[in-house]
Amino acid sequence: MTQESKVLPQGPPTSKIIEQHGLSEDEYQQILKHLGREPNLTELGIFSVMWSEHCSYKSSRIHLKRFPTEGERVVQGPGENAGAVDIGEGLAAVFKMESHNHPSYIEPFQGAATGVGGILRDIFTMGARPIALLNSLRFGELDLPKSRHILKGVVSGISSYGNCMGVPTVGGEITFNDIYSKNPLVNVFCLGIVKKDRLLRGLAKGVGNQVLYIGAKTGRDGIHGATMASDSFDDASDKKRPNVQVGDPFLEKLLLEVCLEFLEQDLLVGIQDMGAAGLTSSSCEMASRAGTGIDLDLAKVPRREPHMTPYEILLSESQERMLLVAQPGKEESVLAICRKWGIDAAVVGQVTDDGFLRIREGNQVVAEIPAHALAEEGPRYERPAAPAQYQEFLQSLNIDALPDVKNPAEVLLKLLASPTIASKRWVFRQYDHMVGTNTVVCPGSDSAVVRIKGTTKALAMTTDGNSRYCLLNPYLGGGLAVAEAARNLVCAGAQPIGVTDCLNFGNPERPDIMWQFIMAVEGIADACRTFQIPVVSGNVSFYNETNGLSIYPTPILGMVGLIERTEDITTQWFKQSGDHICLLGETKEDLGGTEYLKVIHSREQGSPPWLDLDREKALYSCMLTLIQRGLIQSAHDCSEGGLLVTLAECCLTNPSGLFGATVILNQDRLRLDALLFGESPSRVVVSVKSEHLKQVMELVQELGVPCTELGQVTQGNMDVTVRGAHDRPVCQLSLSLSEMSDQWHHALARQLEAEAS
Amino acid sequence: MNIGIVVFPGSNCDRDCGYVLSKVMDQTVQFIWHQERSVKGMDAIILPGGFSYGDYLRTGAIARFSPIMDAVVEFAGRGGMVLGICNGFQMLLELGILPGAMLRNRDLSFICEEHYIRVENANTPFTNHCEPGQILKLPIAHAEGNYYTNPVTLSSLQANAQIVFRYCDREGKVTTQANPNGSLDNIAGIRNAAGNVLGLMPHPERAAEYLLNNEDGIYIFRSMISALEAHKSPQPA
Repeated sequence: MTQESKVLPQGPPTSKIIEQHGLSEDEYQQILKHLGREPNLTELGIFSVMWSEHCSYKSSRIHLKRFPTEGERVVQGPGENAGAVDIGEGLAAVFKMESHNHPSYIEPFQGAATGVGGILRDIFTMGARPIALLNSLRFGELDLPKSRHILKGVVSGISSYGNCMGVPTVGGEITFNDIYSKNPLVNVFCLGIVKKDRLLRGLAKGVGNQVLYIGAKTGRDGIHGATMASDSFDDASDKKRPNVQVGDPFLEKLLLEVCLEFLEQDLLVGIQDMGAAGLTSSSCEMASRAGTGIDLDLAKVPRREPHMTPYEILLSESQERMLLVAQPGKEESVLAICRKWGIDAAVVGQVTDDGFLRIREGNQVVAEIPAHALAEEGPRYERPAAPAQYQEFLQSLNIDALPDVKNPAEVLLKLLASPTIASKRWVFRQYDHMVGTNTVVCPGSDSAVVRIKGTTKALAMTTDGNSRYCLLNPYLGGGLAVAEAARNLVCAGAQPIGVTDCLNFGNPERPDIMWQFIMAVEGIADACRTFQIPVVSGNVSFYNETNGLSIYPTPILGMVGLIERTEDITTQWFKQSGDHICLLGETKEDLGGTEYLKVIHSREQGSPPWLDLDREKALYSCMLTLIQRGLIQSAHDCSEGGLLVTLAECCLTNPSGLFGATVILNQDRLRLDALLFGESPSRVVVSVKSEHLKQVMELVQELGVPCTELGQVTQGNMDVTVRGAHDRPVCQLSLSLSEMSDQWHHALARQLEAEAS
Repeated sequence: MNIGIVVFPGSNCDRDCGYVLSKVMDQTVQFIWHQERSVKGMDAIILPGGFSYGDYLRTGAIARFSPIMDAVVEFAGRGGMVLGICNGFQMLLELGILPGAMLRNRDLSFICEEHYIRVENANTPFTNHCEPGQILKLPIAHAEGNYYTNPVTLSSLQANAQIVFRYCDREGKVTTQANPNGSLDNIAGIRNAAGNVLGLMPHPERAAEYLLNNEDGIYIFRSMISALEAHKSPQPA
């Protein structure tokens, strides 16, 4: 049934207007087919946002099917506000990661703040109380004043929003590279806990049920934010500042409490956040998932300013708003809870049976579109993909042409002061990482760990990604990111149980970018499949490109691991003088794409380290066995900066004081720099009490994981001796803890507080 | 004991305090909604940390006008035990129950980390389980904890032993370096002249469990409970 004659005619759009809405001619033809007529301007705007890359995943969707999304713990896979996995005792962990890259470049504080706000809403709309936030950030090098400005803005935006919400920011990671100077990345991860049988979904079920709008009033902010996030930047991008929304964390705190009260009293059929594309996306997605329609009256929508057109109301991305469908007869209870907390609420429509998103303003129908066409039948592209011509050059690195390291101590100090490796305390001390009193392992270890009150369990969380590896070999880079994330979790004593991803790439219309994307997705999918870690939610951010220069391919993984008993929680730092230090895994000549090559030789080249998925998997079960049998004092994943940096971090990061180490390394046939600074994966540095050493060595051998005893934890310096063939000493280093600590602890603050150059 | 925890819409340490008092300290906890008008039946009141009403204006500036506050002021006036933590301390200053004001932190940013504080007065209902001069390690988490008052008030705080906690280093030395936020005289917590009201910036509720690697906060809660048991606070009419 069409009601064409009743839809407010605004005249067919001109081809210029169609183009301004980012729709291709072909896409416009599809719109005509879905409607059976010309759309009016409002309808064109609706299609434009819903079919934008940001909302429709039109370039990525067919490739994302490669991810393994099923597993015995999966309660909710991709396609909802967030994914959920079973953690036992009737509870589920709900989590997701999302990007807010484009807004954070244009207006760092609000861009990052509203990124936090958005991901929090995704979690509590599922009925879960958020208990942890993490973030992955990418900035240009800090010698650029603009990069410092962006970092400071982003950090204070995250801090202001998360702190006010009372959700601790417990971890994350930051990497610096000039490729991000005009396209910083802000990826925010959030996890919440819900009773498994109370999980809420974004469904508009039950014909005749009332549709309610709650939260902030609708204003003119953020109109076409989703469209902005589906386009590249140029020098005029600063003019897009009005497209960035403004966050109100206090209002969001009220929304959170209100939503959890709805859940407690079982008042709702379904609920969805009004995120990108606001009222439009929430209504058509809820209807589409339930196979229903929704009839909305815009005259009832609470507004911040007068004279807003239907187009503006529908496309506004004002923050802190929710759309929900109440259970029949429970509308008054919903409104009462909203009154108690002092937030706006209004009945704005009802669920219908005809599958249409029908928008009225009073009696006038201003738009009428099949909901399913908007949410699910958008264009799908299998875009052409091919490696760039420079790809071969990137991988062709003749290591033999580079001099081996002469002064390893000096190199180590330089690496410790490299902002990518240096302590991020300057950042995380601005985040409230303790509120909620669940944070057992604070920022600064391989994973953050939060306990689950009322159980003996804890969850470990980490976010990881290495874009240089992905640039050099996106397939390997994707797999290495999964491996590092999982390794971080097992080092904390956790079994990985689920992952969310945030895939940040350039312009998908370029074949080289599409190739990077497809290869990275395959790498992630293969690793996740081997490790049996399901992907339960995720987000794609394309068009991270300015003036034709795109970012390195940057897939970021947010992984969650379950620790059954809090006694098993393990941290990365040395605990006691006299403990033995062992390296699990093997060091190979893996210098390609390392932080060492970048910092010391100014090269971002070569092949990233080869990842043997089976070996990596064997390491995980070995680590978990050691930890669960109580044989390990500390465990630290060996990654960026290599073995020497890993040992230094074990010495420097214990919150109750510094430890030294005396270590002997055998060079075998490796270059010295590869031994000390190479980044072979599948390695972990552990410390073991004397009385457990024999047992550890035997067990590790039994489990088929290579293990080398390196030395002992001390109260003195970090002393490292390298021996060549026939025990011939090759080099000997003695680094004072205070000198290393000074470099590592203060490098970031020093660079940030540097005068503008 | 019945401990009342006032819940403002933006409170976010209310449940943390409730958890510690009920699960760790084994007390009866009652959450009191900010729009209520009575604290009847409570032995002590906690004003918890958070962002009471968003704190877009001065911290605690709006909370002081909330309906429950008349009852809290009256309760304190009758000698009832009131503990204000972080945002709760800021409210006590805005209410005028404690003197002084909070400025933005010296470096203008939010700080969340553990700091040492020295017990300057162990003879209060909040510190009777501490030794004089004992050093506690407690987390702070605030953007406005830079305590300020005029020189006359400061002298009287000092003279009357109203400064209960001062930021110090690991050895207990009160130094500028050990002062995280620029607070006057390294003040981390003060009491009123009568001694029944304490405001402090650090969060004892975040340091009251072995699992969280810090139990120093228990000294404060145990002191409160002992004081209440020894001398039950008078009930408001």
